[in-house]
Amino acid sequence: MVQLNLPKNSRLVEGKVWPKPGGAKDVTEFKVYRWNPDDGINPRVDTFFVDRGDCGPMVLDGLIWIKSNVDASLTFRRSCREGICGSCAMNIDGTNTLACTKGMDECADGGTVKIYPLPHMPVVKDLVPDLTRFYAQHASIEPWLKTDTRAPGTEWRQSHEDREKLDGLYECILCACCSTSCPSYWWNGDRYLGPAALLQAYRWLIDSRDEATGERLDGLEDPFKLYRCHTIMNCAKACPKGLNPAKAIAEIKHMMVSRQF
Amino acid sequence: MAAQTNGTGPSVNGRAYPFTDHKFDVVVVGAGGAGLRAVVGCSEAGLKTACITKVFPTRSHTVAAQGGISAALGNMGEDDWRFHMYDTVKGSDWLGDQDAIEYLVRNAPAAVYELEHWGVPFSRTEEGKIYQRPFGGMTTHYGKGTAQRTCAAADRTGHAILHTLYGAALKAKAQFFIEYFAIDLMMDEEGACVGVVALKMDDGTLHRFQSKRCILATGGYGRAYFSATSAHTCTGDGNAMVLRAGLPLQDMEFVQFHPTGIYGAGCLITEGARGEGGYLTNSEGDRFMERYAPSAKDLASRDVVSRSMTVEIREGRGVGKNKDHIFLHLDHLDPKILHERLPGISESARIFAGVDVTREPIPVIPTVHYNMGGIPTNFHGEVLTKLDGDPDSVVRGLMAIGEAACVSVHGANRLGSNSLIDLVVFGRATADRCAETVERNASHAELPKGASDLAISRLDKFRNASGGTPTAELRLDMQKVMQSNCAVFRTGEVLEEGKGLIHKVWSGAGDVGVTDRSLVWNSDLIETMEFDNLISQAVVTMESAVNRQESRGAHAREDFPDRDDKQWMKHTLAWADVEARTVSIDYRPVHTYTMTNDIQYIEPKARVY
Repeated sequence: MVQLNLPKNSRLVEGKVWPKPGGAKDVTEFKVYRWNPDDGINPRVDTFFVDRGDCGPMVLDGLIWIKSNVDASLTFRRSCREGICGSCAMNIDGTNTLACTKGMDECADGGTVKIYPLPHMPVVKDLVPDLTRFYAQHASIEPWLKTDTRAPGTEWRQSHEDREKLDGLYECILCACCSTSCPSYWWNGDRYLGPAALLQAYRWLIDSRDEATGERLDGLEDPFKLYRCHTIMNCAKACPKGLNPAKAIAEIKHMMVSRQF
Repeated sequence: MAAQTNGTGPSVNGRAYPFTDHKFDVVVVGAGGAGLRAVVGCSEAGLKTACITKVFPTRSHTVAAQGGISAALGNMGEDDWRFHMYDTVKGSDWLGDQDAIEYLVRNAPAAVYELEHWGVPFSRTEEGKIYQRPFGGMTTHYGKGTAQRTCAAADRTGHAILHTLYGAALKAKAQFFIEYFAIDLMMDEEGACVGVVALKMDDGTLHRFQSKRCILATGGYGRAYFSATSAHTCTGDGNAMVLRAGLPLQDMEFVQFHPTGIYGAGCLITEGARGEGGYLTNSEGDRFMERYAPSAKDLASRDVVSRSMTVEIREGRGVGKNKDHIFLHLDHLDPKILHERLPGISESARIFAGVDVTREPIPVIPTVHYNMGGIPTNFHGEVLTKLDGDPDSVVRGLMAIGEAACVSVHGANRLGSNSLIDLVVFGRATADRCAETVERNASHAELPKGASDLAISRLDKFRNASGGTPTAELRLDMQKVMQSNCAVFRTGEVLEEGKGLIHKVWSGAGDVGVTDRSLVWNSDLIETMEFDNLISQAVVTMESAVNRQESRGAHAREDFPDRDDKQWMKHTLAWADVEARTVSIDYRPVHTYTMTNDIQYIEPKARVY
């Protein structure tokens, strides 16, 4: 029987409304998903009011302000705060992105900033998802240079043109915004590798120095690993680094077809 | 050997703390560039190796390095490791150990080629070789020409290297313990390190990692300051563990301010921006670096540029409403070059300063960036202490690499792009040393009784801390004191005041309160332990700065404006008694000899750019 409702203990309920900061002139409302496996309480959405005069402009600044001034138990990952480490990926204002590069002012809906964990991943606590499977899928594409030819004493030569082919691929920060925005990944995430892992697969397939193209393609020749991409393109829309995983996937499919002739 | 869970583990304050035991030949703490390179080397050497890291490896702060990695490849013109050595010694203001510097620069080219062979997507020259750009303080012919020595993958070199090293570690089938927070070292009665205790963040369980070698690759402690290019996670956890183990840290007064942090946000704009032709101006539109460093100009060493900017601002020639920052111009450069070589900082400037670099200058300010100081080691990565008069006494079982270590190759001031090369050269050196010296088949000695007591009592204290001062408040107090009292320019008076203030924060830390009592991903607890790590390093930094009565590299004392080689050409060693909250200081001589006879010791002289 199809279950149309979430089990009772998973239903999202109204959370706590935390007090407004005294004396603050410019306040932004944050609605933040909370869940702690330790307390046995349903997931809920807490309301916070962030003093804009006392913190930076990004959503991450707001979250850190809340953690420092209102509720120290609010839990989220963060590190570099400049969009390169990929730690603070979350669902903000309805889209997956990095909290550190998303301005509070960019959020629609009357200035309310709504924050949930990355969708369709097991939640560890609050805004921290479990990314174990995502990382295992990345590892499964064997993200390292494979060569049979004996390595030269200096560098492998690579032309400008060949190096340019890696642009738009190598910059991936493994934040998981793309994969967790993909309906096909939501549905078949256990067998479909998802846009992030496939973007990386293509990064190594197209590297002029790599000599394992056939072997790499063999590894992806599977009804699920590659072919569950249905060009929905949410990945390209979500990527906070402006990359296009869907295009990389299309290129792999093209390589699969063209190697048959 | 499978991990064993010891259900009857030690108890503290009536609370039982069961733990899981692991045994490895080598345990590496940290998964940045240095840690991963060591992990790859140890795994490939057949040593049973674990890597414990508080963040997923590709989130380590190496990922944020931009401009490049130095090595005298000579791809873009004449170069020689001897030139690189001279520049590094001069950059260090003669505080660097020249045997270690020789080791670094001679092994640099092979280390870069190795990274390339593992897949780093370096930018390329017309002939398809690795592209190299000019960087601050990097010259040819001992200061006469400009070297192009810094190998770059656009302006995302650290990202490219870190992701490649992670791939190499996967290939080597390294065993990772991800989101495990290392609490403290385990030491035996003779003062040797026998492992480390860590907290598994997603379930709050305790793990004891017994090791024949423990390699600390835990990075710097930039977050002791209010404004730093460093990530939130740069809290120098390894340094603090070393202090708590009763061992000294070295040269902690030397804190590098990067000239070009984005004003306000603190995010890094690479020195490569000036390497590609960018320049600084003051409110009069004057390219002031021409006055301070007539030869190197905007590509003088970082300490020199940061001081010059600070002087300009102090003398009323800063830009902006409050005349409190400086402009970095890239708007004269070909947009095609910006797109190809500096795409990352173009994006950062847009997001964090609202600036289109093709049209407007970037507002910048000197920002805390790197710690030259850290855990004293030799060039094999073995941790040193001063014992019974021996200044090079090796601490058995313990090694350190990367920003956490003080080898010392950077001395009083690190040159840009010498950090990434430090990571991989000494990451490899340490792995090589382990491969030579670790007895693979020997069983582990029995853990000394109470080896994990320090870690568990510390965890227990903070897990149940119910004082009245939130961690965030203590952290902010510390950061403000360091920012105002231990900055680019220092005087005895300001430092003495800072010493009083930072000790006040330290004693106030007894009143810390932790709100989150949960065991799962308790970031309130982790941040509190990180603060506890930071404050001991902050105090040691301040006290070392008060103590050093000269100006050298990044340590600029206005009351002692000259370098004093007679009195002060020596490394500071600082020990902290974390119970009594006191610091004691001693010294180690600088190694005034080289590694081989291929190059002579470079005698000190005036440092002019």
